[in-house]
Amino acid sequence: MLSRTADHLFWMSRYTERAENTARMLDVNYQTSLLPQSAAVAQVGWEGLLTISELMPAFRAKYGEDGMTPRNVLDFMVRDENNPSSIISCLRAARENARAVRGALTTELWETQNQTWLELTRVLKSTGFERDPSEFFEWVKFRSHLSRGVAIGTMLQDEAFHFYRMGTFLERSDNTARLLDVKFHAVQSDFFGAASEEDQEYDFYHWSAILRSVSAFEVYRKVYRDVITPERVAELLIIRPDMPRSLAASLNEVVNNLAVVGNDHSQETQRRAGKLRADLQFARIDEILATGLHAFLTQFLDRVNDLGWRISQDFLVPTH
Amino acid sequence: MSRPMFDEMNASPSEVRAHYLKYARWLSEQPEEVMLSRREEAEMIFRRVGITFAVYGAKDEDGSGTERLIPFDLIPRVIPAHEWRRMEEGLVQRVTALNRFIHDVYHDQEIIKAGIIPADQIFQNAQFRPEMMGVDVPQQIYSHISGIDIVRAPVPGGDGTEAEYYVLEDNLRVPSGVSYMLEDRKMMMRLFPELFTENRVAPVAHYPDLLLETLRAVSPATTAEPTVVVLTPGMYNSAYFEHAFLAQQMGVELVEGQDLFVKDNFVYMRTTRGPKRVDVIYRRVDDDFLDPLVFRPNSTLGCAGLLSAYRAGNVAICNAVGTGVADDKSIYPYVPKMIDFYLGQKPILNNVPTFMGRDPEDLKYILAHLKDLVVKEVHGAGGYGMLVGPAATAAEIEEFRQAVVAKPEGYIAQPTLSLSTCPTYVKSGIAPRHIDLRPFVLSGKEVQMVPGGLTRVALKEGSLVVNSSQGGGTKDTWILEN
Repeated sequence: MLSRTADHLFWMSRYTERAENTARMLDVNYQTSLLPQSAAVAQVGWEGLLTISELMPAFRAKYGEDGMTPRNVLDFMVRDENNPSSIISCLRAARENARAVRGALTTELWETQNQTWLELTRVLKSTGFERDPSEFFEWVKFRSHLSRGVAIGTMLQDEAFHFYRMGTFLERSDNTARLLDVKFHAVQSDFFGAASEEDQEYDFYHWSAILRSVSAFEVYRKVYRDVITPERVAELLIIRPDMPRSLAASLNEVVNNLAVVGNDHSQETQRRAGKLRADLQFARIDEILATGLHAFLTQFLDRVNDLGWRISQDFLVPTH
Repeated sequence: MSRPMFDEMNASPSEVRAHYLKYARWLSEQPEEVMLSRREEAEMIFRRVGITFAVYGAKDEDGSGTERLIPFDLIPRVIPAHEWRRMEEGLVQRVTALNRFIHDVYHDQEIIKAGIIPADQIFQNAQFRPEMMGVDVPQQIYSHISGIDIVRAPVPGGDGTEAEYYVLEDNLRVPSGVSYMLEDRKMMMRLFPELFTENRVAPVAHYPDLLLETLRAVSPATTAEPTVVVLTPGMYNSAYFEHAFLAQQMGVELVEGQDLFVKDNFVYMRTTRGPKRVDVIYRRVDDDFLDPLVFRPNSTLGCAGLLSAYRAGNVAICNAVGTGVADDKSIYPYVPKMIDFYLGQKPILNNVPTFMGRDPEDLKYILAHLKDLVVKEVHGAGGYGMLVGPAATAAEIEEFRQAVVAKPEGYIAQPTLSLSTCPTYVKSGIAPRHIDLRPFVLSGKEVQMVPGGLTRVALKEGSLVVNSSQGGGTKDTWILEN
């Protein structure tokens, strides 16, 4: 298929996925901020969210040092058109990419992407985003579910489909890693063994909110049938291949889709993707935690970034 | 104005024409609010499907950017079978002659030698491409897709009860609008399926099939399974929807200039599996932008070396380079003579009588009758550079007078035709509005077309300008089978 078409499909799915995960991340932060915790803890949550998306300088430039309020962060991350990572920017970019290759999409997929964009402004108003953003986040999530479902349900499973899927899972592996990093970072101090009873209770809400943000609360109960511990949360979201939003599951999809479209230039990219998957496949959570979660995730993000760049070079914007 | 009007549906306020009887009866039975809600439904669907066109420099406040809908009118334009048969014959004849003419211009130039068209009319035409001299194109076809604009007007000097079809303009470069013909029909069938069981309307949905067949037919002889692509200037072009739509319907790639490159005089596209050869390019990019090595050096919409590959016969470009020499308004008056010269036939379709600024006698007449004439800039398009005398202010007429005096050869003039009208939904209800028709004629192994075309309607009362960029709308066009 045409390289440019593959490029647009790849980015269409990446932006759709990013919009969804941004909504998930904001939602968990918003839910956590409703817990009876100190203002400082909530503050750390919002700050971490901006840091992990590498958006702190842009945010400070707009709102100043004292502007770190939930309202401002939500506005910035949801409907600020000048912030390329805001939900509105991601959905616009997804739609622009879709429009550039609308002929390569099934009618239903194109109409889904287009409809999401056309409805966005109205939904922002009608869901009472100001009062309670949860309903809006829910809408973003479900539009993403719908778009993914329509793609799977209607697209021919040719190269176009595989590039579309690759974009979804590369983005998801990146986003889940960032979510983990920011959330574990927030409680780093008392990570290995909470001191007081009160803290333990707080921890429960903290970890369950993370699980909920990746739709994994029930999954956790089903898998572990036990209390929520940070180690198991990390294990579930990093190495469980049957957890659909985990790093391992995402990498499996990246590797499999890459294998189908492989060309004369892509051996090295496939090798690196396979190696990253193997590292997850044979990892143990106690080892990862012993070396340091943050270091592990930072390295993981670098490797995912490298894969994205290589896929682009090999297939999407070929230089040879 | 008391000039005679001809309405496609109503012969008089009390009498509906025979081919509209069934529709008119149906329409009279429809409650107003149902039609109103159907209109809204149509608009909603067009938006969701993204059947929009871009207006340069415009910005909407609802975030939809520069994308606008072309208004779609619910009342179809209906043409009876016998009228269409005649029109079809006329179109085949006309397009055949035009293709012969373009071939002649770029080869032996018999028509100039015979003294039928003055040489400078051709060589001084900006659309004449010397690069095409002596180049042989497959099947000797240049205009593979032709959009012929046809209007209907009362017979001059008649009482308005009879009207004739006239060709207003030939579009042989990159005529657009066919996607609206197809989408308007889809919309009508979706909104009013019952109409199509009552009326035998000839289908048009196979147009993309015919188009693909046409494009494949002119592939360079060296390939058995030709690769066809549609070349678009990109998603910000006003007709982008149509480019994407046609590529999708034909199942071929939609490419931009940056996707193509030329190596050893062959054209390739960049794919995820490496370069792939391209045999036929249905281009929706003007000549000027096709190849920066030959035409505009700063164009990024085309592909460097394309023309060289084309001249070597390694790729087909549709429409061919240089077709503009035949659809120019200054060449238009000669088309009836071309039909006689190349085919030895009498023209089936009328030309509108045309005065040419370059002819001293005609110029005198033009300047004396500016307020009765439609004056057109020879190279104008899209309804720009045009004076509609009877509707113009004294100042506008004066402005045009000066322009014509300064450059007489740049203008032609025609009597103001009272274009036929068709009942149309407007704010105040249903009212007659002027319409035209653009059938799309395909020339490959044979000359063929789907029965119908794009009917455009001037939504402003009394307006004769149907272009979408000037506030025109569209209607579904029905060719009724007997």
